[in-house]
Amino acid sequence: MASPEFKNPVVKWIDHRLPVFSFMHHELHEYPTPKNLSYLWNLGSLAGLALVTMIVTGIILAMHYTPHVDHAFASVERIMRDVNHGWLIRYIHMNGASFFFIVVYIHIFRGLYYGSYKAPREILWMLGVVILLLMMATAFMGYVLPWGQMSFWGATVITNLFSAIPLVGDSIVTWLWGGFSVDNPTLSRFFALHYLMPFLIVGVVILHIIALHRFGSNNPLGIDVSGKQDTIPFHPYYTSKDLFGAMVFLTIFASAIFFYPNYLGHPDNYIPANPLQTPAHIVPEWYFLPFYAILRAIPDKLGGVLFMFGAIAVLFVLPWLDRSPVRSGRFRPLFKVFFWLLLADCVLLGYLGGKPAEGIYVTLSRLATAYYFIHFLVILPLLSVVEKTRPLPQSISMPISGGGMGAAAAAKRGKADA
Amino acid sequence: MRKLMRVVSVATGIVAAAVVSISAPAMAAGGGGEIKQHEWTFDGPFGHFDKASLQRGFQVYREVCSSCHGIEFISFRNFADLGYSEAEIKAIAAEYEVTDGPNDEGEMFQRAAIPADRVPGPFPNENAARAANGGAYPVDLSLIVKARPDGANYVYSLLTSYAEAPSHMNVPDGMYYNKAYSGNLIAMPQPLYGDDITLANGGDTSPEALAADVVSFLAWASEPEMETRKRTGIAVMLFLFVMCFVSYGSMRYIWADVKKSKA
Amino acid sequence: MSETVENQGRRDFIVVATNAMLAVGAAAVAYPLINQMNPAADTLALSTIEVDVSAIEEGQAITVKWRGRPVFIRHRTAEEIKVAEAVKLDDLRDPQDDASRVENPKYLIIQGICTHLGCVPLGQKIGEVKGDFNGWFCPCHGSHYDTSGRIRKGPAPSNLEVPPYVFLSDSVIKIG
Repeated sequence: MASPEFKNPVVKWIDHRLPVFSFMHHELHEYPTPKNLSYLWNLGSLAGLALVTMIVTGIILAMHYTPHVDHAFASVERIMRDVNHGWLIRYIHMNGASFFFIVVYIHIFRGLYYGSYKAPREILWMLGVVILLLMMATAFMGYVLPWGQMSFWGATVITNLFSAIPLVGDSIVTWLWGGFSVDNPTLSRFFALHYLMPFLIVGVVILHIIALHRFGSNNPLGIDVSGKQDTIPFHPYYTSKDLFGAMVFLTIFASAIFFYPNYLGHPDNYIPANPLQTPAHIVPEWYFLPFYAILRAIPDKLGGVLFMFGAIAVLFVLPWLDRSPVRSGRFRPLFKVFFWLLLADCVLLGYLGGKPAEGIYVTLSRLATAYYFIHFLVILPLLSVVEKTRPLPQSISMPISGGGMGAAAAAKRGKADA
Repeated sequence: MRKLMRVVSVATGIVAAAVVSISAPAMAAGGGGEIKQHEWTFDGPFGHFDKASLQRGFQVYREVCSSCHGIEFISFRNFADLGYSEAEIKAIAAEYEVTDGPNDEGEMFQRAAIPADRVPGPFPNENAARAANGGAYPVDLSLIVKARPDGANYVYSLLTSYAEAPSHMNVPDGMYYNKAYSGNLIAMPQPLYGDDITLANGGDTSPEALAADVVSFLAWASEPEMETRKRTGIAVMLFLFVMCFVSYGSMRYIWADVKKSKA
Repeated sequence: MSETVENQGRRDFIVVATNAMLAVGAAAVAYPLINQMNPAADTLALSTIEVDVSAIEEGQAITVKWRGRPVFIRHRTAEEIKVAEAVKLDDLRDPQDDASRVENPKYLIIQGICTHLGCVPLGQKIGEVKGDFNGWFCPCHGSHYDTSGRIRKGPAPSNLEVPPYVFLSDSVIKIG
């Protein structure tokens, strides 16, 4: 808890009145972090990098974009052709959304595998789910802005979902649209909200980090830190590791932006929106495909909506579904198997979301949806009770699990707080 | 390292599955969709535009396609990319008329185009275009190569795949049989037969060559920034590769004193 | 024991190299983010315009828009030219002789923006107030300009600005 002495008199003057420097020093510099974190722990900082990138490029795009149905598509083309480096900024923003979701999905699956959602990190996890929801809303509205065919028809399909709500559904849809179909009022309000929501995300991210720093990071062994020998200061160890991770991430990101900028997108969105002609296959962006598959799997409209949102609701209550006292999947052999099955199921759902809702795809979607919910609602609670976990290591510094007294003490330390 | 490999392979698997699900062509009910693969100068990370081909392609567009198809996001000044000089561009623009106004009398009037103007299309609006083409809309070509899957090959195939309809198929009046078009029946008549334009400097005027030239021109029109994008990309990738190595080295140097015993 | 935050331990070449490259990378990233605010290609394309002045009759003036703002082109009468050339430089708040303000004395080409606070002066159209010096009059705060567009009376500090232009031919000028 020693406060550092800053040599610079200006820094000292400011810090005495507004302790930003001490704060940064404590939270980013000396902050004790488990020393055994793997590269899977880089993804939080990568998500932060992605968020900043999206905000900076987004604000710049907003300088040149016109949120009116008669001018939106043309203003995006003006950005691509006339604005200095406009094509670069647009492609960064467009592909940045995809990369933001790639990073966040890996980050979530890391949390699932290592039990990062378990006590005492339940609120940290739930804040993360809130961030995911905000990201999805932001991305959905952002995709409408270029006013291409997919923008318009994706907006039409998804906003129409709300009519499934009994009694007030149609009024809600009219209220969302500001009219009787997706049109200019819809576009204007989506632009305003799309600009707003990333800053809400920043706020929740700050809460997310505060919650994280309350108990510190989880680690691949899933056992608590037992002393100074188990931790290292965040700077320079994890700052340097995060920098390396960021460079690898940027390399992959750059290859997409410069050489395959439209690979993850849909060609139909280069056709200006036409309310009188529906594209052959309306498909959302890839990161929504698993949810789209679940939505279409349920034959009932309202049921589809409920199950789609339910897929995320189930994540909220995960800490209470999986009550195994052992955090990390490394010491849970049965859980491990089901984890990989869940991942495969999600990938399958993503694949099915991009297929037409016909024939075998419908059957598979229903099976995959059922399995998804069975995993969370049936398998995980059962595993908490019946699974025989492997013995936990003594500590992070001595991860080889030994027999005898040490193991019992270690097992106690490895249990999540009740 | 094993963990990293696992993460990368899982991530790749997810992205691959997602990509496959998007990029698999939706086969049209009723046939069509036969796309020929052509080698383009603009393919690949070192892709570039052949200016001579672009100029020929522009000529094909002017003399054949522009009677029905507009190219609304292209301005005359953009033709500097094709290798034309400022004077040549001014002369090209002056051959067109654009609507301007209202003048002091309150009327719209026609004037000769200048380089800053957009290339005017053949029709004032979509309805007029449909009226003149039996209800079908000749699409604007500014983005056609990006607006179709495998766009360059698609447009090339479309232009060169007109054929006799099989005997069992009834082709209504005003429609034509095309092997590349989804559903096989397209409202556009075959635009290129060979020797459709006269090339000032001579050259191949077969329908395949002209189709390839106009596709190059349209690929440029859809993505004029392509060469800059790929050149910048190579520089950025090289820089980032070095950054990866150098930052890895820093990390290992900094971590050297941490005794880790990972299970 | 309090530790200073300056020294992190020995810095080796690799760390210095990394930080140096990072700085270069940051600058390379910052450049397009800042340069994108500079005028775009379509704005630059309209940064020069060509005007055919042969249609302007003697004694008449036209207003054209250049870079978003008015440019006055007046085909001056012989009388107006004589008066403009005869003015003594001592009488001028912003001394400039007429010859230095025109390429061809018959055509006066000036920015139609009052140098006081930016209003558009009157005097272009027949019947409009031309002010005491028969040039232009700014109604906002009462600046009077003469037949060479120079400030003669009122709060404006300097003469109406002459934009860069050339005669491409006897009848066509390029402004900008």
